Amino acid sequence: MVTVSQVTPRAGRWTELALLVPALAVGIYAYLQVGLAVNGAVPPDLLAFGLVTAAIALAVHVVLRLRAPYADQVLLPIVVALNGLGLAMIERVHLALQARENVPSWDVDPTRQMMWMAVGATACLAVLLLLRDHRTLRRYTWTFLAAGLFLLLLPLAPVIGKEINGSRLWIGVGPLSLQPAELAKICFAIFFAGYLVTHRDTLTLAGRKVLGMTFPRVRDLGPILFAWAISVGVLLFQRELGTSILLFGLFIAMLYVATERLSWVLIGGVLTIGGVLLLASRIGYIQARIDVWLHALDPDIYSRNPGGSGQIVSGLFGMASGGLMGTGWGEGYPQLTYSANADMIVPSLGEELGLTGLLAVLMLYLVFAQRGMRTAIGVRDGFGKLLGCGLAFIVALQCFVVVGGATRVIPLSGLTMPFLAAGGSSLLANWMILALLLRLSDGARRPGPEVEPALPRDPREPRASVAGAAG
Amino acid sequence: MNAALRRVSAVVIAMFLVLMAAVTSVQFFQASSLNGDPRNVRNTYRENGRDRGPIVVAGAEIAFSQPVDDPYKFLRTYTQGPLYAPVTGYSSVVFGQSGIELAENSVLNGTSPSLWQQRLGDLVTGRQPQGGAVELTIDPAVQQAAYDALGDHEGAVVALDPRTGEVLALVSTPGFDPNVLAGHDTAAVNAAWQQLLNDPGKPLANRAIAGDTYAPGSTFKLIDVAAALSADAALTPDTRISAPDSITLPGSTATIANPAGERCDDGETATLATAFAKSCNTPFVQMALDLGADAIRDQADAFGFGDQLAIPLTVTPSRLGPIADEAALGQTAIGQRDVRVTPLQMAMVSSAIANDGVLMRPYLVATTRDANLTVVSKTSPSELSTPITPEVAATMTQLMEGVVTSGTGRRAQISGVQVAGKTGTAESGFDDGTARSNPHAWFTGFAPADDPQVAVAVLVVNGADPAAGDYTGGALAAPIARSVMAAALGSGS
Repeated sequence: MVTVSQVTPRAGRWTELALLVPALAVGIYAYLQVGLAVNGAVPPDLLAFGLVTAAIALAVHVVLRLRAPYADQVLLPIVVALNGLGLAMIERVHLALQARENVPSWDVDPTRQMMWMAVGATACLAVLLLLRDHRTLRRYTWTFLAAGLFLLLLPLAPVIGKEINGSRLWIGVGPLSLQPAELAKICFAIFFAGYLVTHRDTLTLAGRKVLGMTFPRVRDLGPILFAWAISVGVLLFQRELGTSILLFGLFIAMLYVATERLSWVLIGGVLTIGGVLLLASRIGYIQARIDVWLHALDPDIYSRNPGGSGQIVSGLFGMASGGLMGTGWGEGYPQLTYSANADMIVPSLGEELGLTGLLAVLMLYLVFAQRGMRTAIGVRDGFGKLLGCGLAFIVALQCFVVVGGATRVIPLSGLTMPFLAAGGSSLLANWMILALLLRLSDGARRPGPEVEPALPRDPREPRASVAGAAG
Repeated sequence: MNAALRRVSAVVIAMFLVLMAAVTSVQFFQASSLNGDPRNVRNTYRENGRDRGPIVVAGAEIAFSQPVDDPYKFLRTYTQGPLYAPVTGYSSVVFGQSGIELAENSVLNGTSPSLWQQRLGDLVTGRQPQGGAVELTIDPAVQQAAYDALGDHEGAVVALDPRTGEVLALVSTPGFDPNVLAGHDTAAVNAAWQQLLNDPGKPLANRAIAGDTYAPGSTFKLIDVAAALSADAALTPDTRISAPDSITLPGSTATIANPAGERCDDGETATLATAFAKSCNTPFVQMALDLGADAIRDQADAFGFGDQLAIPLTVTPSRLGPIADEAALGQTAIGQRDVRVTPLQMAMVSSAIANDGVLMRPYLVATTRDANLTVVSKTSPSELSTPITPEVAATMTQLMEGVVTSGTGRRAQISGVQVAGKTGTAESGFDDGTARSNPHAWFTGFAPADDPQVAVAVLVVNGADPAAGDYTGGALAAPIARSVMAAALGSGS
């Protein structure tokens, strides 16, 4: 399975620079097309748009050259391309909404989004510059748990907490609206990694065999029940299905990687189904979400107010009208769908770029997540492996929840598409995920004197890491 | 841990495969049903939100789309709405299209296969797709003259170029302004639509080609004479034919007299020329009875009766009715009973006579062009049929000149130009059982008789008020035809 070979890995920074050219071009071309289609003129701020996105990309690139030369060379270009596409769509929806008599509250100025992109990139740079070795984070395992819980609970605080569309996910600080759960997911990923790497032996070895599967002891169920309780709490008090699924899914995935025990996935599945069944019948809003999911096109559900399926059906209509090739930038009607620049940005892209464009976007995410997983395989320490896996899985699962919600694979929730959707906290959090993955991948691919001597301390951690490093 | 990591990687791939399948399902497999959903307003927006190409008459855009700031993006605008409404029809976000807007929809909205070159260019350059232009054969001077001459009358005018079949004018009154239906305020459009539907003048009906058809009255005698001349080479304008004061229809007690009970010549016979010029009834009833129903029907069919024409507007076929017996044949001969025609059909009869017996296929669209104004299609004149020989056509021209020179159609005279024509005054309440409404006034003809450049048909619906004394087609319709022909000759020369 594993061939151990000694190859000096190329740093790959020139590859990254070359990939950044088309990545930037995609966004700038999209922005140009939006201006041409909607206003019939080259957007006056096209140059500024191009310069700012290029400056952000180059700044990260340069810092990588200096501080993480062996970092994965594909991650940054993918993020730059997705950010550019998102900005173009936000601008496109913004132009359409500005033409209305009453501009809806969900309109987002692309300048604001670009500012958040800069903030996110700055945070990314800060992480790369300050965090020289990811293992440092392990020391703060319990601090991150506290931070994660604090961030999750913040919207419930009296003054700053805000409820939007029935979900209590936001905090308002002056003019800013933040979704602390976006940052909380990183904190939990770090905590889970630190906790699980320490306790994996207990969680793995003890237990009894039932039907060929080793099940854990009851007292070892503590952590998973704790994670489940947090998720159910989010669902109950913040009324947000997406975050709840994301946190629990993240924990189960990391628990499975740590223990390699399928029984944990089974228990997780039972707890998920149990939780949904328990809550669905008791909480009207979840029941409504499920109705909308199963019977979106039903006229009664469609016209129900509140809690109708108008938003999701409008998104489906948009995607259908896009068809295979899409209407082209600025030629569709994505603005008809509520939150077409944030929660429903995927249908907007589907409408204007078509099935072809949307599949390409999904491929970008898949490559991103796979490069993250590959990084996890290549990293030499258990903590790093778990963290890399967790971060990559967060992005993948979030895509699944968002796109699956819009296409009725699962019920729709309020999560946003990483890097694409309008929303500052989401951008900030995802740029930090990028930074952590870059840092991890630099550690994974950096050739060092410790490669050969680093005999696995743990027999469960074979020398595959060497191959990972070589790849 | 790496084995588990690889499995999680596989799960991630599976998750994305599910998403890709879901997206494909929505955007490909469910697309047609979602696009067909009546709640999907995107279709309406898209159909109407295109930069629709213009409809052009003599180089001027009579219908075009102007950019506006609303979801439809473009507002269809008609520069002279009521004047051209029977031709352009309307393009409404609520009620769809009619007229040329409907017939040439694929060119105007840019989806026609003939515009593939332009679409390919748009795809490459990313330019917003634009519709093609439709250039009409209408002569604005003739159209305007016809519209003005009809005035407040309910009626229709069709003018053709007999040499090519080009439609020079197509007017129906009372009309409507397509601008009121093209608006984007759906409530206002609905209100306007209701008003048009409830209007007793039926402004949405296109009397020139479609919807109601009308009894042609004495203009149908052109078909009797054409059939008679074709059947009997010895028949000349000077041949004396039977012309009694009244004739009893075979198999019934009903009689037919000459118009207003007048004597045709000597009460026994009259020359064909006199009978035709004075539009006596009895000679033509006898003529049809002698020829038989089949001969009349064949002749009418040769002139285009019963044809499903599209010019490209759909034309209601004109018809003779069943002609069940001799009595019906007698009434058919003078354009009554079940005979129903469109003004276009009568213009086609004159057009064939004018063009040496060759009927050219009438058409409205001269060229279609792409958004760069490159011609993508051009209509070439084509023959529809040859209903009569050149000799018969020459004799009929002579007879029709007589109508205008010294007969019922004197008011169609144009100084310096020899006009040929035939009048008609059709009983319209003949078979509807209720109180009789006023007769229809007709005139059809062409000019100049020796070098025909325009053929017309004029209909004034229920316009002939018997109480008004001189109420015939000659009095009402002939002057309208004169204005139209004069306008055509004025611009043509």
